[in-house]
Amino acid sequence: MGEVEQEIIKRLTEALSPTRLVVNNDSAQHRGHAGDDGSGESHFSVEVESAAFTGKNRVQQQRMVNAALGNLMDERIHAMAIKTQVAD
Amino acid sequence: MSDAVNTKISELVSSNDVMLFMKGTPLFPQCGFSSRAIAILDHLGVGYESVDVLQDMDIRQGIKTYSDWPTIPQLYVKGEFIGGSDIMMEMFEAGELATLMNENGVAKAKG
Repeated sequence: MGEVEQEIIKRLTEALSPTRLVVNNDSAQHRGHAGDDGSGESHFSVEVESAAFTGKNRVQQQRMVNAALGNLMDERIHAMAIKTQVAD
Repeated sequence: MSDAVNTKISELVSSNDVMLFMKGTPLFPQCGFSSRAIAILDHLGVGYESVDVLQDMDIRQGIKTYSDWPTIPQLYVKGEFIGGSDIMMEMFEAGELATLMNENGVAKAKG
């Protein structure tokens, strides 16, 4: 697992205490495409289930994920697909 | 963000019922997420306008501040920010996007 992926897991875990967290590194599918910086850690998708999303709409839930990722989004990650779910 | 950019974005989203800020054009999307957003709108069969943010750096940066949303594409319906491509897909799959378009009286695409 690369350092960006580790950092994604760390930040989302600390900020949202997810009951389910899946982080996929999809970078290999985008090799040579726009945004591939050669790091092998440019494209990710995440699925986050958290009680913190309760009462928030989809936009608010994704904003929480983006806020938790912080500067990773600007500086390290080219593309991030996000799926959020409210924990039961 | 300058007032001029803010005003320009505000005019774009208020003068078009369905407005998509994207990378590339509907015929030649330059990114997978923008491509997916177009596919969803085409499937819904609604008329929409799009802005290629790659052609305008002010809008490319300004739109992120405008909506407090860090990524592109961004969909607006009747001036309201709806979400990016992940939210569009979730809403489309749940039938919510079609409902939203109907409730807002969005016209079908011509031809």
